[in-house]
Amino acid sequence: MSAKTVNNKAWWLVLPVFVMVAFNALIPLMTVVNYSVQETFGDNIFSWSGVRWFQQVLQSDRFHGALGRQLLFSGLVLLIEIPLGLFVALNMPKKGFWVSVCLVLMSLPLLIPWNVVGSMWNIMALPDIGLLGKAVNSLGITYNYTRQPFAAWCTLILMDVWHWTSLVTLLCYAGLVSIPDAYYQAAKIDGAGSWAIFRYIQLPKLRHVMTIAVLLRFMDSFMIYTEPQVMTGGGPGSSTTFLSIDLVKSAIGEFDLGPAAALSIIYFLIILAISWLFYTLMMRNEEA
Amino acid sequence: MAKISIDNLRHSYLPFPNPDREEDYVLKKLSIDWADGGAYALLGPSGCGKTTLLNLISGLLVPTEGKILFDGVDVSRFSPEARNIAQVFQFPVIYDTMTVYDNLAFPLRNRGIPESAIDPRVKEIASMLDLTSTLHKRAAGLTADGKQKISLGRGLVRADVSAIMFDEPLTVIDPHLKWQLRSKLKELHQRTKRTMIYVTHDQTEALTFADQVVVMNNGEIVQIGTPIELFEKPNHTFVGHFIGSPGMNVLPCEVKGGKAFFAGQDIKTANTHKGSGQKCEIGVRPEFVNFAKSGIAAEIVKVADAGRFRIVETRAAGSSIKLLVPENQSIPTGKVNLAFDADHTQIYADGWFAGGKL
Amino acid sequence: MKQFLKATVTTVYIVFLLLPIYWLISMSLRTTNEILDTTKFSFFPRNITFDSYNKIFTDPTWYMGYVHSLEYVGINTMISVAVALPAAYAFSRYRFLGDKHLFFWLLSNRMAPPAVFVLPFYQLYSEVGLFDTPWAVALAHTLFNVPLAVWILEGFMSGVPKELDETAFVDGYSFPRFFFRIFVPTIGAGIGVACFFCFMFSWVELLLAKNLTRIAAKPIAAIMTKTASASGYELGLLAAAGVLTIVPGAIVIYFVRNYIAKGFALGRV
Repeated sequence: MSAKTVNNKAWWLVLPVFVMVAFNALIPLMTVVNYSVQETFGDNIFSWSGVRWFQQVLQSDRFHGALGRQLLFSGLVLLIEIPLGLFVALNMPKKGFWVSVCLVLMSLPLLIPWNVVGSMWNIMALPDIGLLGKAVNSLGITYNYTRQPFAAWCTLILMDVWHWTSLVTLLCYAGLVSIPDAYYQAAKIDGAGSWAIFRYIQLPKLRHVMTIAVLLRFMDSFMIYTEPQVMTGGGPGSSTTFLSIDLVKSAIGEFDLGPAAALSIIYFLIILAISWLFYTLMMRNEEA
Repeated sequence: MAKISIDNLRHSYLPFPNPDREEDYVLKKLSIDWADGGAYALLGPSGCGKTTLLNLISGLLVPTEGKILFDGVDVSRFSPEARNIAQVFQFPVIYDTMTVYDNLAFPLRNRGIPESAIDPRVKEIASMLDLTSTLHKRAAGLTADGKQKISLGRGLVRADVSAIMFDEPLTVIDPHLKWQLRSKLKELHQRTKRTMIYVTHDQTEALTFADQVVVMNNGEIVQIGTPIELFEKPNHTFVGHFIGSPGMNVLPCEVKGGKAFFAGQDIKTANTHKGSGQKCEIGVRPEFVNFAKSGIAAEIVKVADAGRFRIVETRAAGSSIKLLVPENQSIPTGKVNLAFDADHTQIYADGWFAGGKL
Repeated sequence: MKQFLKATVTTVYIVFLLLPIYWLISMSLRTTNEILDTTKFSFFPRNITFDSYNKIFTDPTWYMGYVHSLEYVGINTMISVAVALPAAYAFSRYRFLGDKHLFFWLLSNRMAPPAVFVLPFYQLYSEVGLFDTPWAVALAHTLFNVPLAVWILEGFMSGVPKELDETAFVDGYSFPRFFFRIFVPTIGAGIGVACFFCFMFSWVELLLAKNLTRIAAKPIAAIMTKTASASGYELGLLAAAGVLTIVPGAIVIYFVRNYIAKGFALGRV
């Protein structure tokens, strides 16, 4: 690739995007920042409150609980989906008719509206009339996700694995098919077994897509709202109240503008910080 | 190390080729014998089947028909590992995350050889390839020629390897390093006495590397010979064209009573042709065409300077004839007469050297 | 043997993916009585009925939901790709003041939780009179779709050699003519992939779509949630509506199946 030319007139080409995103992201974010440092008693009367809301949020048990649950959820989801997605991708056919079939079927969950995913698993997991619920109960295990926090967690994680593992699979698959045949041929000639091929050819070549898969899955699982909202509504109790659910509850449900705005900003910053951390960790060896 | 024989090999990429349809096959009934320890080149234009042949020998492909024998043992259905060959690919294949040392040790470790035996071997090969100073660096950081040396090293490191195959290994190497790497290869061949088979479309690479060159075109072998044989006695007009720069002059001719006539003149040739009903041509390399007092009347069209000599393009009886003139010799202008060196002028019938294949 | 094991892994995974979908379809074909009667639990429906589908296709509050959804998804896809095209070109071809910062700022919007934006969007769009129109949702979704489209398109454009532009300019093409006549057709596949992902993320999002509409532009997904709670346990109807939301996605996937791998190969989703 030849070097890019310096041309500040290119700003005219970026202008529509800039205006659009400024309108869509800057104005709302400013509103949020505005609320986060003010106090209101209704009637649009605001007064400066400094970092009070931030302190209140950061010290509240409710926030700690939601953050802890959120971290646990994202962690578990990553631990299951990344290896599973990779494993499935390694076993997918490489060419022929079945590739298309696999790709289409695996993409299906990704294109289902998120609340339908929630409803679908709702119907699937209902203890008396759902396929999953009935099956588990008939094994002699008492299972009711609307009453048992543990069952609710298992169901939510199973649902997320169902919903998003395909994304990891598709990313890894795309990375795998882009490895030139010569690598596999050379490995064969060098007498490498399948473990050595995986360890020394496939895994290093997949580093880039794996980084993206981890980042995407982290970000999206950390922002999850609709599916658990539809499935469990954050319950039983508050056992599945994740950050987004908590935020929407306090912003729209309780109209607690100040704390909700402060929570929003903290929430956004956490995502940015952890994404940056993942990115630096996974790309660190690239330069070494 | 092994003697490699190819016996009536045919290959098709179609799942069910029709044995009677020649065009279904990318390789059409090949037979070659290669002695142990030789340096061979497979030369031909892109798409002539040379890489297919290479992959058949190394075991990455299974032939549709025919056999491949290593020291008399039919290995046609053996895996690459069982055949015990090494291959250097067009694009450098290295294990990115490993050091140069680990890359070279990889084939030995996979075969369960103890570390105490691996270490001296790796060091020996590294010094042969001038890789000692980079031995503990990450292989991913090397330049393209360094990476190709590693691929080659992974082949050389195994003491018992039957043959080393090269698939256009200099494609991604910078021009000024190509020459270096080529002489390195030649040197390594002399030192290790391994059988080496080198696939290329570049005549210079083939002619400088190999003791014997196999020229292929359209899935067929058109000639097997030493570089000198290919130059002086091309077995087919294709070889004449493909090897040499500029290629051989090929002129339509008439054959009467075993003699060839071009532009109404009787041309003395090295061979004679008795058949009839075939398309006959005279082949003569530009090196063996001279200006003369009498002979074929021609007109000079263009003179191009090519360093130590000049290429003169002339036209005679509707055909273009090129000749090489040394730089100190003067070139006449306008109408000239040309003479061919009879020892190096051949008759070709339907493209093939008349009087049987060489 | 190895092939067999591999096929088994893929098959088991796909069966796992299809089971909930099957169950949804199977529920949508049952009568409410059959669903609620736990003694009649069975893997296959006993009496297949299309009543639920019939209801959806005849009741405007239901089927208009699909129209609304497709409306804002369509508008969003068009806006996102249209504004992203020139921007992606600028990023792939030129260096300009603040280019890197702008690019990363754009991408950081992909990390913004929609929950953070619900309330400010609600206020913003109410203020400018867009609330409860497809435009509100379409614009809101550009928050994450525009950066995505820019990212995908930039990847495809960087793969097109710069010489193409230079040749065209030497041949006397004006910039707009070059851009629409030559460049856009060249990256057709990239535009297809970008449209696919814009469609996908706009189609599946609900939080913003639900909260920025009330009646006139209510998306199907929101109608489902409301119906589910309002009319108690009409599971068959809910399932049928769910099945119908899978259909547009399935159609789109079928058309872009050969490009999916390519889009993912860029690692830009």
